[in-house]
Amino acid sequence: MLSIENLHAGIEGKKILKGINLEIKPGEVHAIMGPNGSGKSTLASVLAGRPEYEVTQGKVEFLGKDLLELSPEKRAGEGLFLAFQYPIEIAGLSTTHFIKTSVNEVRKYRGQQPLDAVSFLKMMKEKMALVNIEKTLLSRSLNEGFSGGEKKRNEIFQMAMLEPRLAILDETDSGLDIDAIRIVSNGVNALRSKDNAVLLVTHYQRLLDYIVPDFVHVLYNGQIVKSGPKELAYELEERGYDFIKSEFPAMEELN
Amino acid sequence: MDTNNFFTEHFNKLQSQVGNGNLQELRQKAFHSFNEKGIPLGRNEEWKYTRISNLFNKQYTFPLQLTSISEQDLKELRLPGHEAANELVFVNGLFSEVLSNIRSASLQVQPLEVAARGEFSNIVSEHLGHSSDYLKDGINALNTAFVHGGVFIYLGKGKTLEHPIYLYNITDARTGNIFSQPRSLVYLAGNANAQIVETFNTIGTGESFTNGVMEIVVEQDAMLEHYKIQNDASHANQVSTTHIRQIGKSYVHTVTISLNGGIVRNNLNVVLEAEHCETHLYGLYFIGGDTHVDNHTLVDNVTPHSFSNEFYKGIIDDNATGIFNGKIMVQRLAQKTNAYQSNKNILLSDGASVNTKPQLEIFADDVKCSHGCTVGQLDEEGMFYLRSRGIREEKARALLVHAFAMDVLEHIKPAAIRSYVDHLISERLES
Repeated sequence: MLSIENLHAGIEGKKILKGINLEIKPGEVHAIMGPNGSGKSTLASVLAGRPEYEVTQGKVEFLGKDLLELSPEKRAGEGLFLAFQYPIEIAGLSTTHFIKTSVNEVRKYRGQQPLDAVSFLKMMKEKMALVNIEKTLLSRSLNEGFSGGEKKRNEIFQMAMLEPRLAILDETDSGLDIDAIRIVSNGVNALRSKDNAVLLVTHYQRLLDYIVPDFVHVLYNGQIVKSGPKELAYELEERGYDFIKSEFPAMEELN
Repeated sequence: MDTNNFFTEHFNKLQSQVGNGNLQELRQKAFHSFNEKGIPLGRNEEWKYTRISNLFNKQYTFPLQLTSISEQDLKELRLPGHEAANELVFVNGLFSEVLSNIRSASLQVQPLEVAARGEFSNIVSEHLGHSSDYLKDGINALNTAFVHGGVFIYLGKGKTLEHPIYLYNITDARTGNIFSQPRSLVYLAGNANAQIVETFNTIGTGESFTNGVMEIVVEQDAMLEHYKIQNDASHANQVSTTHIRQIGKSYVHTVTISLNGGIVRNNLNVVLEAEHCETHLYGLYFIGGDTHVDNHTLVDNVTPHSFSNEFYKGIIDDNATGIFNGKIMVQRLAQKTNAYQSNKNILLSDGASVNTKPQLEIFADDVKCSHGCTVGQLDEEGMFYLRSRGIREEKARALLVHAFAMDVLEHIKPAAIRSYVDHLISERLES
């Protein structure tokens, strides 16, 4: 589904990703872990097409298409979704209107008819229950004055509405208490299927108690230095990221 | 055009035609003042960014006699909700009783000449022309020099208008360029409550230059809402002055929406003459093409304990120019004044420009005043967020621009007018 080959990328001339290789197949859940500054969020941003980032080398294929050639909106149309670490507040734009526009734009891209008001409301209701989001929240301006948990739930709600093939969750657990993590995770788990995949980007292992990954990758200094089954996450939690740093001291010097 | 000869000729003609003692005297004084001051030039600090002298180089017809337009012409310019509203129509700067519809029994509307000699003569002689104390430039004097064919609007003590007043300023430029000067005096007596919506429309391909003045007097416990919607043709220019005096503890709420035109200069003055007044001034200029919009506002606090809040936003595209000049005056006796001001702008193109200037003149020592202005571009983060949700770039931009306008639009209280303006904006964004 997603195939990343020797991906190099950076921002404003600074190299951050230095040769990422990753293969994700339908139905899989991958977790990318790593210390601060290792390039986790950069990877998520590059995949979603954030314009400030520059890809200098490498290839990314998504469902048979050259992902890096696609605009952010086309990537969404193709079925890629990024849950933001810091969702943007937009005063004056109603959440519902935004989501309706988004759903119909994606449908248009996929050659489907726009949803009529009734079907849209029905779908909203269904997905709202999934992430415990209240109607009043959706009538407010997009993320404006939302609590941290409400913003993250809104991200997962949007994900549920757009039904992506690949969902990238960028530090979705950061700033959330355990109840909020549970709600968000339930939402994500409910959307898992044999056709969809999830890429979790996280600093901590605790989210992985709720969304259990098939593979864990350790990102360090712009490269995946270790991959393994879910148990790798426990090892990281126990030993901290220092053991990675001590295993790869040369890389630090290269920096 | 030789402005001196042009206006002297018309002035003499008007003075010999219309025989009304009071107004004749007022006109004479104002014409003298106009001749002394002339048309404001760029070296006048208040007119630095808005050059109107070029507009006077063109040839105009300046009608002194009322002409009419057809019902069909008017029909297309009516605002939603007009069936119930009180509709006042000006054609080429002159009030047309025939085209107007006064539907609220409590509302009194008279030609200014009639009001000046009838039961309202005291009010007219006391308040008409008061704005010249504030607007000392020639362009305001020019309007007063030709005061005739105007309208007097009166709402008596304790009367609440169920339906708004729609005031259509229509220029019929089908046979050539037109210069016109609508004039009105509005008086809200104690505890009266009114909403006024003004629009400006030019019919035909001739250029129009409208130099309008509306003076509004608000008594104790009265509430005024004033909306100005400018969405005229690109060959329509105007200097539009609204001068509001709160002579008793009262509430004033204004929203100025400028969407299209040639050169548009708005003078909005609010003088808080009584204690405990409350004043809200909102504005949105969303302009493109070569449109030039200049909002000059003044909030003058004369006595203590008043509150004012001013919030203007600008969205400027193509080669358009926006200007915001907001002056807050706190006079020596106006202690405990709370006055806030904010102006935010976004530029959508390289050719767009904006000049924003807050001006605080504070002569009292126990006051709370704040001001701030910003000029920026559309938020890149916001754009990426929307695009990452599958929304095309153009559509995402439209959503963000619309969202930016929203916290001004929501202050348009009559629902029909709010959705009308909202629709105009959506239409513009979709084109």
